[in-house]
Amino acid sequence: MSQYSVGIDLGTTHCVLSYTAIDGGSETLEVLPIPQLVSPGVVEEKTQLPSFVYQAHEAELAAGDNNLPWSQSDNSLSLVGTAARTLGSKTPIRLIASAKSWLGHAGVDRHSNLLPLNAPDEVNKISPVEASRRYLQHLLQAWNNKFPQARLQDQDVTLTVPASFDPAARDLTVDAARQIGLQHLTLLEEPQAALYSWIKNLGDNWRQQVSVGDVILVVDIGGGTTDLSLVAVTEEQGNLVLNRVAVGDHILLGGDNMDLALAYRLNAKLTQQGKPLQPWQILGVTQGCRDAKEALLSDPNLASVKIVVPSRGSKLIGGSLQVELLQEEVQQTLVEGFFPVCSATERPVEKPRSALTQMGLPYAQDAGVSRHIASFLGRQHAALSSPNPEVPGNEMLGADDASQSTESFVKPTAILFNGGVLKSNLLAERLISIINSWLTDANTDTAKWLQGADLDLAVASGAAYYGKLRHSDGVRIRGGIASSFYVGVESAMPAIPGMEPPVEALCVAPFGMEEGSSVELNGREFGLVVGQPVEFKFFGSNVRRDDSVGTLLDYWMPEELEALPAISITLPPEGREVGEIVAVTLAASVSELGTLKLEAIASDNQQRWQIEFDVR
Amino acid sequence: MNFDVTAIPTSIDMFHCILFASSLAFSVLYLSRANKVVSTVVEKPVEVIKEVEKIVEVEKPVEVIVEKVVEKIVEKTVEKIIEKPAVLKEASNDSALQLLALLQQESRFVDFAQEDLSGVADADIGAAARIVHSGSQKVLNSYFDLAPVRSEEEESRVTLAEGFNAAEVRLTGNVVGSAPFTGTLVHRGWKVTNVKLPKISVEHDTSIIAPAEVEL
Repeated sequence: MSQYSVGIDLGTTHCVLSYTAIDGGSETLEVLPIPQLVSPGVVEEKTQLPSFVYQAHEAELAAGDNNLPWSQSDNSLSLVGTAARTLGSKTPIRLIASAKSWLGHAGVDRHSNLLPLNAPDEVNKISPVEASRRYLQHLLQAWNNKFPQARLQDQDVTLTVPASFDPAARDLTVDAARQIGLQHLTLLEEPQAALYSWIKNLGDNWRQQVSVGDVILVVDIGGGTTDLSLVAVTEEQGNLVLNRVAVGDHILLGGDNMDLALAYRLNAKLTQQGKPLQPWQILGVTQGCRDAKEALLSDPNLASVKIVVPSRGSKLIGGSLQVELLQEEVQQTLVEGFFPVCSATERPVEKPRSALTQMGLPYAQDAGVSRHIASFLGRQHAALSSPNPEVPGNEMLGADDASQSTESFVKPTAILFNGGVLKSNLLAERLISIINSWLTDANTDTAKWLQGADLDLAVASGAAYYGKLRHSDGVRIRGGIASSFYVGVESAMPAIPGMEPPVEALCVAPFGMEEGSSVELNGREFGLVVGQPVEFKFFGSNVRRDDSVGTLLDYWMPEELEALPAISITLPPEGREVGEIVAVTLAASVSELGTLKLEAIASDNQQRWQIEFDVR
Repeated sequence: MNFDVTAIPTSIDMFHCILFASSLAFSVLYLSRANKVVSTVVEKPVEVIKEVEKIVEVEKPVEVIVEKVVEKIVEKTVEKIIEKPAVLKEASNDSALQLLALLQQESRFVDFAQEDLSGVADADIGAAARIVHSGSQKVLNSYFDLAPVRSEEEESRVTLAEGFNAAEVRLTGNVVGSAPFTGTLVHRGWKVTNVKLPKISVEHDTSIIAPAEVEL
């Protein structure tokens, strides 16, 4: 029996573990201090574990430099945490960063050892899944070191994932957690976790803050990604019910971009003065910008902050570089650059990428967070023009105006922020005022700002709280799967030379399927060859929420359906002959832990085989 | 002079009075010192674990230290009563070096202190001082919980009640009479309420406070 409900925020730049006792009246949430190397041979406890792995060269570490409280003679050359980040800042070819973004990047084989990207051959490379496993392993060891009587393997663990993670990325996250032996595991979307944390902080008062008919927009801007969700408040038997009704795309844009943007701006300024920065100085300036930014953003009357980059050598005087970051530059770069005032109809600017950038992470090209939000609200509104009455809360998003013009958008009535970036009041207020200006232009009431969460720790705390709620009758956010999913079917038409037969999309899992439910696609049979891998094209859509299972699309707008990595199945011979064609139907189910499962069922004897999401 | 060790004094003479008084005084002294010494010595191992907190257990050698010191005092009090037991403790080199390493790492403290400032413009010193200041502040905030000893405003009049802690407050100037004392608070004082220095691996060479750096 689990004693604790543990929430793990496996972040792009930081991991946090929060926990609470399942039984007993104590409602307090604790954050686990995580012992980690801060430099070789030095261990410190911090509440955040930076999500970095450093693959050290054998000449870099002396004996005992990798000692942790739970491992005395670990000769491993892999470092995790603060020391990894520090060492990696000077030796980037050995640093693995943003493993989570790679996990969510459908364009690469996420099981292959590709990180650090483009590193020399002698650097030991690992896969994004393995990197995630190492962070989890470190957290597990820190926990078991502190609670030897209540091992993490036996606790209820809630792991958070971005709402925009595709089924394969969710599966891979579960994979990593299973590898370290976690048994009682649940996945929770990060924006939902932030909302749970807010509910927990307000206690019963949250019911006074929101009411039936409210639509809450959750904006989560972390170190590396921006995640958006909409939650509708409905009523059921006199109780308030929260329904997560929409999630946004995976946007690789976060606080780290902001520090870099400032550093490059200062570099441009210095280059103009004929003093371009050396690469190592850019690093120092970026770190300086992080602190200076906070000072300038928290005090608008502060005109400037001096950033000093110390010299590399032991001569401190004379060799140091001093630059000034002006309030005006922060305003222009961060406030105007990342939170530009725009209308609700503006969309992120996308330029065609040059083919050579394909291997890297698909970073957002437009840094304007406000434009991404406008795009999200607009797209979701268009999708909701014919509300599906079966999805609760759906009708509230599109019901406000009869004219379904392209200019209308979902009008949130409340906004919840999460993520380190929005700890700055200036940026948070700016974003609120932009969204409210859209609402005012559309003649609706301004949205309420839901405050009262610790934006750094909210996701982990919310996850731990959610794990506890699962044992009681507390409020739950209903959501189910955040997208509808389709398999590609070649349409039956006469072959035309030089042209691939057009693909039709067959819905196999409808939007909002809840945990523990399953659907079968009857009436459509596929022939699978025994012993041979068969690949399907696979699509997801977070806007087509009304398609039911079996819906066949022969036409769709490019932005409606997103092509996901192909899925594949290999029927083991098991009593059949290799080469035999078996007629199967497809079935989809959502497991209790929140992952999607696709199965092929033989029509003759109901034998079941699982279809794998991550192939390659 | 005759020594008769079997003779019992028949009357209480001055010499015996002195002897009795001094032995009483020394035994009282010993008891109080012994308590003190034991308590400081017990503190020492705690300090070793807390401040340095090497990853491998260091409790064993510490236990030995405790025994030895106690034994010594017992012997000394019997034989050489005049010599006071040693109450000075050796500060741990490791934690001092560790703090120095942290200050160097975050604030370039050693670099700055080792530089020759003669003939350097104040503006340049100012720029360097910013690094030292912001870094040292970070070290202080991260590893120590600091609080002023007295919460009153400096230059205001304060009264020290009887039994005030002499370690916390130092009296200066016209120090006569007895508590309560009233005077001007010149400096508020600082005290560390908590030390959270990082732990270091047993093999870690703390004497290297900043490794040389070679870029390949």
